[in-house]
Amino acid sequence: MLAFIIRRVAQALFVVLAMVIIVFFGTYVVGDPVWMMVPGDATQDQIEQVRREFGFDKPVHVQFLLFVADVLQGEFGRSYVHGGSAIGLILDRMPATLELALVALIFAVVIGLPLGVFAGLKPDHPAARTIMAGSILGFSLPTFWVGLMLIMFFSVMLGWLPATGRGPTTTVLGIETSLLTLKGWQHIALPALNLALLKISLVIRLARSGTREASLQDYVKFARAKGLSPKRIVGVHILKNIMIPIVTVLGLEFGSLVAFSVVTETIFAWPGMGKLLLESIQRLDRPLIVAYVMVVVLLFVTINLIVDILYSALDPRVRLAGKNE
Amino acid sequence: MTMTRRSLALAGAMLAGTLMMPLSAATAQELKIGLAAEPSSADPHFHNLTPNNQVARHVFETLISQDEFQRLGAGLAQGWKLIDDLTWEFTLRPNVKFHDGSPFTADDVIFSFNRVPNVPKAPAPKTSFTRGKTFEKINDLTFRVKTATPYPLMLNDLANIEIMSAKAAANVTTEDLNAGKGTIGTGPYQFVEFVPGDRLVLKRNDNHWAGKPTWERVTFRFIKSDPTRVAALLSGDVDMIENVPSADVARLKTDNRVTISSALSNRLIYLHMDRLRDETPFVKAKDGAAIKNPFNDLKVRQALSMALNRQAIVDRIMEGEAVVAGQLLPDIYQGTSKTLKPVAYNVEASRKLLTEAGFPNGFSLTIHGPNGRYPNDTKVIEAVAQMFTRIGIETKVETLPPAVFFSRASNGGPNRTPEFSMILAGWSAGTGEASGSLGPLLGTFDTQSGIGTANRGRYSNPKVDELLKKALATVNDTERAKLLAEGTEVAINDVGLIPIYYNKNTWAARKGLKVVGRTDEYTLAMSVKR
Repeated sequence: MLAFIIRRVAQALFVVLAMVIIVFFGTYVVGDPVWMMVPGDATQDQIEQVRREFGFDKPVHVQFLLFVADVLQGEFGRSYVHGGSAIGLILDRMPATLELALVALIFAVVIGLPLGVFAGLKPDHPAARTIMAGSILGFSLPTFWVGLMLIMFFSVMLGWLPATGRGPTTTVLGIETSLLTLKGWQHIALPALNLALLKISLVIRLARSGTREASLQDYVKFARAKGLSPKRIVGVHILKNIMIPIVTVLGLEFGSLVAFSVVTETIFAWPGMGKLLLESIQRLDRPLIVAYVMVVVLLFVTINLIVDILYSALDPRVRLAGKNE
Repeated sequence: MTMTRRSLALAGAMLAGTLMMPLSAATAQELKIGLAAEPSSADPHFHNLTPNNQVARHVFETLISQDEFQRLGAGLAQGWKLIDDLTWEFTLRPNVKFHDGSPFTADDVIFSFNRVPNVPKAPAPKTSFTRGKTFEKINDLTFRVKTATPYPLMLNDLANIEIMSAKAAANVTTEDLNAGKGTIGTGPYQFVEFVPGDRLVLKRNDNHWAGKPTWERVTFRFIKSDPTRVAALLSGDVDMIENVPSADVARLKTDNRVTISSALSNRLIYLHMDRLRDETPFVKAKDGAAIKNPFNDLKVRQALSMALNRQAIVDRIMEGEAVVAGQLLPDIYQGTSKTLKPVAYNVEASRKLLTEAGFPNGFSLTIHGPNGRYPNDTKVIEAVAQMFTRIGIETKVETLPPAVFFSRASNGGPNRTPEFSMILAGWSAGTGEASGSLGPLLGTFDTQSGIGTANRGRYSNPKVDELLKKALATVNDTERAKLLAEGTEVAINDVGLIPIYYNKNTWAARKGLKVVGRTDEYTLAMSVKR
C-alpha cells in the first residue's frame, strides 16, 4: 500500500513538473510580457530597464532556472503585474471559486437528480421527454451565452438578482464565505446556476439511465411484489443504487468545475481565480499562469490519488499490480 | 413518485425562497462605478497605467492638476514661476492636510519624487516624469526644480506624480499600500479597502481643502465583460459605467433610465507603414514575386490615405462614437495644426496616384493589428482592408492578441526591428499636448533620447526632428505650439502615418447623475454630480 502511494506521488510530481515546463515555455513563446506592462509612451530605456528588472533580457533557459530556484525557495515567483506572490494571489481568490463550484455542484444534484429519476421512471411521459430535450440544450448551449441570458432575464428584466460580483463575506473557521447571508446567496445564484448547467444535464442523464436499469432489477420487482409503497421503492431501493456512479462522476467533475469556471467568473465578475487566470493570460503574467496551472494540476492529481487509493483499498488487484512490478 | 414530486417542489421552493428577493436600493450617498479594467495596485507609483492612475487620483493629488480637457491648472502647488531657463520655483498650497491629519509640506513633495524611481519590481515606474530633475526645498511651502537643459514640459510631468505622505509612506511596500497601510494622501477621497478582482472602496475626505466632496462613499467594481457591465448598470448593481460598448450606445440613448455622456478622446487610431526596409515582408506583387517597398513612395502613401472612407468607418463601425482624424491629436490640444483636415475619400484620385507610382495593378498586402485592444479594432482593420482592395491593393488582415501583437510589431523582426509591413494601432498623448504624439510616433527612432519610441514604421524626416528638437527646448508656450504645429504639418503632409479617427470615451449613468467626460479616459468620482 505504502509503495503504491509513494509511486503515485512520484508520478504526480512528474506531471506537475512536466506541466510547469510546458506552460513556462509556452508563455515565453507567445511574446515579451514587457509590452503588456509598460504604458504605450514608455521610452526605449524605460522598457529596457523594466526588462532588466524582471530578467526578460536573459536567455529563456536562464529565466527558467531562476524561476525553478524561486519555486524551490517556496516563492513560486512574483506576479509581474500585481507584485505579490503568485501563489498567494491565487490562494486569496480560491475560496470564491471553491464556493462557486460547491454551490454549482449542489444545484446539479438538487435540480438534476429529481428530474433524472422522474425521466427514468416515466420515460414516455411528455414531461420526461421535455426534460431529456432540455438536457441536450444544457450540454450544447455555450456557457457565456447562457450566462448573459440569465443576467438579461433575472437581473435586467425582472430585477430579482444582482448581475455581478460576490456578496459580503464572513470568516468561519478561517474560511472566507459569502454563503451565510441572504445577499451572498442572491449574488451566487446566477453564476452557480450558469456553471451548474452542464453538470445538471450530466446528472439528469446518469440518473435517468440508472433509474431505468434499476427499475428492471429483481430486487425492485421483489420489493414491488412485497407491496412496498412506490415512495419507498424509489427513495430507498432505486436511489441508493443509482447514487454510486453519480457520486463518483461528480467527485471528478468537481475538479473541472473549479478549473474551468473561467468563463462564468468573467461574465459575472466573480472575484475567483478563473477571472484572475484570464486576466493574467491577457497580460502574459507568466508566474501567475504557471502558479495557477500548478494549483490546478495538484488539485486534479490529489483527487485522482484519493480515488486511486480508495480503489486499491476496495480492489485488491490494483494493489497486487503494484507489488508485482 | 411522491418522493420525486416532493423533491421537485422542494427544489423549486428553495430557488424561489432564497433567490427571488428584491434588491436593496442603494443609498443616495454612495456612488458605485463599474470599471472595465482593474488597477494592478493601490500604490500610485507602481504601474503607470490608466486604471491605476484614475483610482490614485481620488486618494492622492498632484502638484499640477489637469481638467477634463487635460488643461493644466493649480493643484497642490498654487503658484509657480521660472527663475531662469533651468529653474522653476513652486509655491505650495498652505493649510493642506493629509488624511491622517498631518500637514502637507515640501518634504512630502521631495519624498514622493525620490520614491518614484525606487519602487521595487514596478512594472511601469513613473521615472520618465522625474528624470533629469533635481529638487531643492526652500522652505516648508516653497521648493525649486532644476534641469540641465530648458524643459518646457515641467508642468505636464508634475501633473503625473502623486504626492504621498513622507511620514505615513516611509518604509511601506507596494503590498502594504494595497492593504491600506500608508495609503494616505491629500485627495478628496480616503482609501478604505482594495479587494483585487472585486472592488476598491473609498470614503469622503470631509476636510478636503477644496470643500466637501459630493459622495460619502465610492465603490469601484471591476467588471471586465462589456455586456455584463451594461447589464450591471441596467439592473442597478452600479450607478455608472465606463467604456460603454459602441454597439450599445444607440440603444442606451433611447433608454430613459440612463444618461450617456461622452468626450472626445486624445486617442488616435492610425496606420503605420514600414519605412525601414527596401523590401518589406508582407508586401508582394499579386503573383507572389518580391517587389520593392511601395511605402517609400509618397504617392502610394497618399493613395492609401485617400482610399479610406473615414466617415463610413466612424458611422458604421464605430456607430458615431469616434471623430474622423486629419492629424495626431484633436485640434483642441496645444501644438496641433489649425490647417490640417482629414484627407477626403477619393477612389479615382487614389487609383491615379497608384498608377503614377508604378503600381497600376496594385500589389498584395497584409495588415496586422491587435485584437481587442481598442474598441472594434478587428472590424476597423477589416474595413480598411476592403477599402484598399477597392483601389487594387489586395489586402489580407491578420489580427493578434495584444500581448503578441505589440511585442512583434515593436521588435519581432531581425535584430529586434519591427516585424510587420503595415499595422493599425492607437496612441494617446500622455502629456496632453502635441509633442507627446509627434515625438513618439514620428520622430526618428532613437533608443537614447526616447524619441520615436512608438515609431513602429521607423519614419524618419530630418525636418520633423529638427522642429521637434527646437520645440522641446522652447519654454515659451506660444512659440513651442507653433513649432509643433509646423512639425505635425510636415510629417502628416509627408504621410508619415495615416490618421483614421479619434476615439470617443463614453460613460453611462443612471438618470439623475451628471457625468463630465474627460479626454484622458479617466473615470473619476469627482466628475460625477447629482
